Amino acid sequence: MHALVFIKQVPDASQVRVNYETGTLIREGVPAILNPFEAHAVEEAVKLREKFGGKVSVITMGPPQATQALKECLAMGADKAFLLSDRAFAGSDTLATSYALYEGARKIIELEGEVDLYFAGKQAIDGDTAQTGPGIATRFDIPLVTYLTKMDEVNFEKKYAVATRLTELGHETVQVPIPAFFTVEESLNELSHAPLPWLIKAAQTEIIMLSSENVELDRNQCGLKHSPTMVKKAFTPEKRQRGETLTGSLDELIKETAGHLASFVK
Amino acid sequence: MLDITKKDPEISNYKDVWVYVEQTDGVPQPVSFELLTKARELAAQIDGKVAAVSIGKNVAHLADEAFKFGADKFYIIEDEIFADYRTEPYREALSELVVKYKPEIFLIGATTQGRDLSGTVATELRTGLTADTTKQDIDPETKFLLMTRPTFGGSLMATIYCPKHRPQMSTVRPGVFSAVPVESPVAGEIIREKTDITEEKIVKKILKKVVSNESSVNLSFYEVIVAGGKGMGSKDNFKMIQDLADLLGGTWAGSRKAVELGYVPQSRQVGQTGQTVHPKLYIACGISGAIQHVVGMQTSDTIISINTDKDAPIFDVSTYCIVEDALKFVPKLIEQLKSQKLAEVTNER
Amino acid sequence: MSDKLKYDVVVVGAGPAGLSAAIILAKAGVKVIVIERGKFPGAKNVMGGVFYTDCMKGIVDEFPGKAPVERHIIEQRMWILDEKSSVGFNHKNDRFNEEPYNCHTVFRARFDKWLADEAEKAGALIINNTVVREAILEDGKVVGVKTDRPQGDVYANAVIVADGVNSLLAKSLGMRQNIQKDAVAVAVKEVIGLDEKVINDRFNVKANEGVTIEMTGNFFNGEAMAFLYTNQKSVSLGVGMVIADLVKNKLNPNELIESLKKHPSVAPLIEGGETKEFLVHLIPEGGFHAVPKVAGNGVMLAGDAAMLVDSIHREGSNLAITSGKFAAETYLEAAKKGDFSEKTLSLYAEKLKDSFVLEDLKKYKGLPDMLQKNERLLKKYPKVLNDAAFELLNVNGVSKKDKEKLIWKNMKQEIGLGNMVKDMLKIWRNVI
Ligand SMILES: Cc1cc2nc3c(=O)[nH]c(=O)nc-3n(C[C@H](O)[C@H](O)[C@H](O)COP(=O)(O)OP(=O)(O)OC[C@H]3O[C@@H](n4cnc5c(N)ncnc54)[C@H](O)[C@@H]3O)c2cc1C
Ligand SMILES: Cc1cc2nc3c(=O)[nH]c(=O)nc-3n(C[C@H](O)[C@H](O)[C@H](O)COP(=O)(O)OP(=O)(O)OC[C@H]3O[C@@H](n4cnc5c(N)ncnc54)[C@H](O)[C@@H]3O)c2cc1C
Ligand SMILES: Nc1ncnc2c1ncn2[C@@H]1O[C@H](COP(=O)(O)O)[C@@H](O)[C@H]1O
Repeated sequence: MHALVFIKQVPDASQVRVNYETGTLIREGVPAILNPFEAHAVEEAVKLREKFGGKVSVITMGPPQATQALKECLAMGADKAFLLSDRAFAGSDTLATSYALYEGARKIIELEGEVDLYFAGKQAIDGDTAQTGPGIATRFDIPLVTYLTKMDEVNFEKKYAVATRLTELGHETVQVPIPAFFTVEESLNELSHAPLPWLIKAAQTEIIMLSSENVELDRNQCGLKHSPTMVKKAFTPEKRQRGETLTGSLDELIKETAGHLASFVK
Repeated sequence: MLDITKKDPEISNYKDVWVYVEQTDGVPQPVSFELLTKARELAAQIDGKVAAVSIGKNVAHLADEAFKFGADKFYIIEDEIFADYRTEPYREALSELVVKYKPEIFLIGATTQGRDLSGTVATELRTGLTADTTKQDIDPETKFLLMTRPTFGGSLMATIYCPKHRPQMSTVRPGVFSAVPVESPVAGEIIREKTDITEEKIVKKILKKVVSNESSVNLSFYEVIVAGGKGMGSKDNFKMIQDLADLLGGTWAGSRKAVELGYVPQSRQVGQTGQTVHPKLYIACGISGAIQHVVGMQTSDTIISINTDKDAPIFDVSTYCIVEDALKFVPKLIEQLKSQKLAEVTNER
Repeated sequence: MSDKLKYDVVVVGAGPAGLSAAIILAKAGVKVIVIERGKFPGAKNVMGGVFYTDCMKGIVDEFPGKAPVERHIIEQRMWILDEKSSVGFNHKNDRFNEEPYNCHTVFRARFDKWLADEAEKAGALIINNTVVREAILEDGKVVGVKTDRPQGDVYANAVIVADGVNSLLAKSLGMRQNIQKDAVAVAVKEVIGLDEKVINDRFNVKANEGVTIEMTGNFFNGEAMAFLYTNQKSVSLGVGMVIADLVKNKLNPNELIESLKKHPSVAPLIEGGETKEFLVHLIPEGGFHAVPKVAGNGVMLAGDAAMLVDSIHREGSNLAITSGKFAAETYLEAAKKGDFSEKTLSLYAEKLKDSFVLEDLKKYKGLPDMLQKNERLLKKYPKVLNDAAFELLNVNGVSKKDKEKLIWKNMKQEIGLGNMVKDMLKIWRNVI
């Protein structure tokens, strides 16, 4: 089995704060973390490898600092880590990002062999677009299973997978041929504690660098200039103000609250 | 896969505002009508028409609904293979339709299905997609669609546009716009298309569909959410959260800590790694208001918080702040609401 | 199961002590593994922030070089705080502007990460996210450690325990007791963001120059030390109080820092700043007497794990680095002999004794006890001093001579002549 996980390093959204005066985000000193959904994607891929043998590759497109997140994935048990980094990618929107990652993935196939299962997070907590995964799947023209909550079965001989995903009204179980693409929910699995030898191996594993030097790329589809969407402006939403603090005895509080709720009582 | 060379590169040839009318087993998603309402406004500004698009097995009945909300045209593809939503055939059908009829703007609800579908369609069409928007305007000068969306869990808003590619695509959060029927609906044109996709060509098979069980709750369907946190103290105490929610015709939810403690299933977690909700009323009981929680609920219309700590950060985003023990407050509140209701009913008689 | 994991040395904890040991060892070709609990070295480590350059000799010679340091300190202030006032002493010296700078402010999260990179470059293996639970003993000798990971046992000739003030490992080996409430302080620290220019103006310094302020006094209502250090674009404000005092005075460290922020001598310095980080940590304050046995069979304790902190001069990281270096050097000696018994490793204790590390601690060995036992020192003197200063400097028609008389009278009343003499003697014996 060969699984490829697309991972992203994101600023810890909980620590990003807003400067309401300048209308910008204070990102300085905000630690970068592995996007929480991807931890579960890596976990799932590693679990499958433990069961079926084979290997797990991870790739990210980002600045050199993103190695940190790749290392974290290695420490969780991934075998190979690729950093796709090039100035040409700076400012990419989702279409351009999914293009670059698609080409990066094709390079990995060339180096490491066919991929059976592709994983990405449900969404990145900085952008929240949830589009990159579907974009890559479309470029490969392989089945896409979003919002994965359970990998019910993978059959490498007959080349299919059975998976459960969330839908608007509940959930559904689908069967798809592999290779297939999955974007994962946090509830997919519980993160486990990797054995120490894996961490030691990870610490000694070099990150493999990919860029326009060694990946064939159509420059007309990369970076800010070739991204269809542009940011016109960014601004901070109006800060929600602390409202009224209700005062009085418990009974008075209850009465007043009940008053505010009256219109909702069914 | 779509042959991209068939797509017209000339952007001035793209007209009209399209809205994807999402349905499951023939039942439409309310967000579709919210978007049709908004589309009327946008279309007027770009001298275009409003078109609704629907794909499914039996969806013809949706035409009247679409016209009621102001659609001028209704594009429809009906086929057995579309009985259930599956990404790949829907993607193909919709992309072909866009290539053929060239909409200038294409709006899709940011639902589970909409998010699944929009990303693949935009990629097929090699156009820009702005996901999960909360505001749509037309730039008076350039006539470009300006799409505003929250990022970083809501701490920053970005206005995005797509100048050189068509259609300008966007998914829009449910509940942002209201659905307003037109005063005197006119039956518009119905444009039927066929598909040459056959079941044999579709590789994905749906083995099982389960509707609305506990393992997945879409909190965004509810206008009232009563949420509890670690401060509720035990799973048993969540009974009162559920009771209050029932009484208010809403649903219940929890913070991540409440999930970790087993008070609430993960499927009901609100926040950065749970669901983002925008109900009319959000009641937070024993929730401190950590930023990861707040980003998931701060756009609720009214927020009422009950917390013993007068400095709890949740109060900073609350409309009404109640410094009280939730375990005492909530049961009493339920009692009060019940007696009010009783009084009303008695009065009516 | 696979082969057992075997290294020459296991270092527990990637703080300054552990990393300096690892660097020396790795440079000498020793196979060393550093096991760190945090997500990365420094992730949760805290210090006020003054780091002394001298100790880096032989570890990273070109210091600071590319190390992430903030400002070099050119002025040190010492304040004694009363309710609404402060009496101070300050020393500003252009000689502190000469390179190599004597000390810099640093952020541990960045500093430790950098030092860990240096250790990796030297050839050490650093494993994060892994907690060492206990030592593996064979025939009374430490031969490795057990971690919280599956297949997590690691064997070695010797273990250097550098897991900080709480050292579970030293405790489990019986080399240290549980933390004594009077030998450890709880410290809270806030990093308060301010404009670089504002800092330069408020502290009257040029770019990259920094100021430190140490504070104590009856304001805190117990044995507390507080500090305010300037970083590039923030100041670090912190206060620590011995646990016993916190308990006795029913205080919590949060309250301490909140009231410190409002003190009229401090408030203007941090005005307009935004708290960016809030950290809590323990500081060993027991001084010389709290230092445990530092070497055993196959094991050495370094840094805070060995309680090596000079709280009077807020030196800790440099003692940690130096002790880590000594431990590594001791290992190299032992490796020559092929003997890692307590007898050989006790060379490490000798090295500490012969250096400033224990010399300094010894010098102040009576101080913690003295402060603890003599409440006057902390409660009465600051007030008397502050009152005296006010009396002297407040021009109000009273003659200076009468003022002096008044001050004396006040002192005699508050403290008593006999006590004052006794106290002077005590301080003399303990500090000088
Ligand atoms: C990467 C990441 C993602 C996260 N994602 C999420 C997320 O999606 N959603 C989420 O919620 N959290 C998330 N968290 C966790 C978040 O940081 C908080 O830990 C969590 O929200 C706290 O839950 P709480 O408010 O229930 O508990 P606490 O913070 O422990 O607060 C309990 C509150 O209850 C009050 N209280 C106690 N007793 C009573 C009483 N009897 N009556 C009234 N009030 C009482 C207390 O004063 C306190 O304010 C995330 C964290 C991380 C690091
Ligand atoms: C508020 C405050 C202000 C201070 N100010 C100064 C100052 O200005 N200047 C100065 O020189 N000193 C100062 N100190 C003291 C200084 O921080 C310490 O003396 C120094 O950090 C000691 O280094 P260490 O390597 O021994 O321990 P630490 O820095 O505590 O490192 C120990 C490491 O071990 C890890 N660890 C712990 N347990 C385990 C385990 N079981 N398994 C694996 N890893 C583990 C920890 O995560 C940590 O990384 C201050 C301390 C505090 C708290
Ligand atoms: N730069 C990137 N490198 C690798 N994977 C990415 C990148 N951006 C997004 N992804 C993957 O796509 C998912 C969805 O991201 P987004 O579309 O930004 O919400 C993430 O959870 C990642 O798995």
